[in-house]
Amino acid sequence: MDSFLQNLINGIGIGSIYALIALGYTMVYGILKLINFAHSDVFMVGAFMGYYGARIFSKLMYGSSVVEPGWTLFLLVLAFSVACCGVLGYLNERIAYRPLRNAPRIASLITAIGLSFLFEYGGQMVFGPDPKFFPQLLEKKQIEFFGTSITSHLVIVLVVALVFMGILQYIVYGTKFGRAMRAVSHNYETASLMGIPTDRVISITFVIGSMLAAVGGVLYGLSYSKIDPLMGIMLGLKAFVAAVLGGIGNVPGAVIGGLVIGIVESFAGASALSTYKDAIAFVILILILLFRPSGIFGKHQAEKV
Amino acid sequence: MKIDRIIPAVIAASSILLFGCPPKESGGGGAASGEIVIGHLASMTGGQATFGQQTDQGIRLALEEINAAGGVKGRMIRIITEDTQSKQEEAATAVSKLISRDNVTAILGEIASSNSLAAGPIAQQNKIPMVSPGSTNPAVTEKGDYIFRICFIDPYQGEALAKYVANDMKLTRAAILRDVKSDYSMGLADFFKNTFTQLGGTIVADSSYAGGDSDFKSQLTTIKSQKPELIFVPGYYTEIGQIAVQARDLGITVPLVGGDGWESPKLIEIGGKALEGCFYSNHYHVDDPSPAVHQFVASYEKKYGAKPDAMAALGYDSMKFLAAAMERAANLEGPTLRDEIAKTADFQGVTGTITLGPDRNPLNKKLVVLEIKDGNLVLRATVDPAAGAALAVTESAPATGTETTTAK
Repeated sequence: MDSFLQNLINGIGIGSIYALIALGYTMVYGILKLINFAHSDVFMVGAFMGYYGARIFSKLMYGSSVVEPGWTLFLLVLAFSVACCGVLGYLNERIAYRPLRNAPRIASLITAIGLSFLFEYGGQMVFGPDPKFFPQLLEKKQIEFFGTSITSHLVIVLVVALVFMGILQYIVYGTKFGRAMRAVSHNYETASLMGIPTDRVISITFVIGSMLAAVGGVLYGLSYSKIDPLMGIMLGLKAFVAAVLGGIGNVPGAVIGGLVIGIVESFAGASALSTYKDAIAFVILILILLFRPSGIFGKHQAEKV
Repeated sequence: MKIDRIIPAVIAASSILLFGCPPKESGGGGAASGEIVIGHLASMTGGQATFGQQTDQGIRLALEEINAAGGVKGRMIRIITEDTQSKQEEAATAVSKLISRDNVTAILGEIASSNSLAAGPIAQQNKIPMVSPGSTNPAVTEKGDYIFRICFIDPYQGEALAKYVANDMKLTRAAILRDVKSDYSMGLADFFKNTFTQLGGTIVADSSYAGGDSDFKSQLTTIKSQKPELIFVPGYYTEIGQIAVQARDLGITVPLVGGDGWESPKLIEIGGKALEGCFYSNHYHVDDPSPAVHQFVASYEKKYGAKPDAMAALGYDSMKFLAAAMERAANLEGPTLRDEIAKTADFQGVTGTITLGPDRNPLNKKLVVLEIKDGNLVLRATVDPAAGAALAVTESAPATGTETTTAK
């Protein structure tokens, strides 16, 4: 029973990071029908910006690059990483995708794959191919909870993830910009005829998605400490499966999908199947594609001829 | 494939020799003058980066000393280091490059057994002797008679560790967490398990992960529920550090125990306080009072400004070991050099005396058990089969953990 609860909690921890990445996939897909494969690498860049941000701010604040844990530092690092990735997301869209807006969709898809490789192998050149270890940005405390052991870091991961998901929910469903986003997603051309600045809406969608990935990157660094330029590949694939599971294009679906993948994986890892932990997400993907291709929350759409 | 082109070339080269023609100027080290080129196959980057970086520094220190003393047969030695990126497939590519492009006389490397297993058959096929400084999986030297090693092997290491925890620490409940991607980890886990159960111990859980993973919480949760007295984790340092942190996060307080794959200057940087009280077996201890170790540590520190770990010591030994065999050999052709390496006996190295057995593994190498204490490595026990009964664990500190050796 203790193990059950512990596995559930472990699963929610990693699941909320999958959810943050899945949101970026789902938003871009919803609006452009494009699977932005470079998204998982923006997550990687987010983690590295957190790593370097921690050193830079430590140097500025305490005059030494040895990181002293503290809330001010954590929030500064988070803001720095989010800002960097926001800019990166904008540039991605402006440079790589916008020129292909009217090209066949396969062109954008291939560009996305190319961009992804550029970040992965460019990252190995810029950051170095060795794994790096995220500094302790916050003091870690142990919390006993119904016979399970939780760290304060896990609580922070959950709270920060929830806050950002809440902000996203508000933007999409509670603001004028969100309405424009949904309109573009519904029908790109009609929206543009109605005077919605579609290019700007798409740019901002990329920026928001990238910012969420940066949050995911910093939280991942905080929880698992090891970061390397190829870390986005596996995590990104799982987050993509999460987005498909929830119904790609659906915002709450991505969150639920992420949590489900995280929890299922956690239980699989604790069972005799621990060797096949990574395969679980893809077994789920195959099952969804077979039995419910539109995902849990996705609407079934008849293909228009 | 390059191999297809190499084999005829090697046959041609050897037939020229057989029929008494003068050796050609280049290729296979047949030349009687000029530099001798040695390849170093090393994981300079990736998850086991410090293994390759440390052996490389050790090798280059030995190289400096050898060349300063006039080289081998009056010829200077040059090392070409080829990065395997800590990956099996890259190890195979790297060894082919060293053989076909650089025409190396012999190869030093790899550390990780899986990588040596990938590279070995290629060296064997081309009749280039390969000396592994630190691959402990028994299968490595079984790949062929051109493959040697200078370190102890895992059946010995697993047995020594199992005896240490069962007989000396009187622990009976062990959990195992192994890396399915690593031949080293899988083998060592089995050898530990065999001896430990023979000695009356119980394996309460046997879980696995895949090297490169970052999340070990599910496996550790299962292990925790079985209430082991120790967790045997025969992995590599990157994962070990993370496993230790996550185990402590989950409230697991028992020590983690492992093998020489833990040895890295990065281990404590990654695991920090979570590793306190954990211990592992190793090839040498940096504070060993023997004059050979003392001298090596002093010159290493002078050159690199840091203390050498066991991989550096093994790298140093492997270079000196190979140079000694090259000096003795009549010529540097693969078969001649191979025979001469196989004859090595009583070679005095930093990590102990090396005498090769018929299976090209050293006999009776010393093993030490090190504990992590206040961020330092403290000697807990020494196993020296040459000095007394085989595999006797000579306790140098009481099982309670109070230290008798002084930490630096």
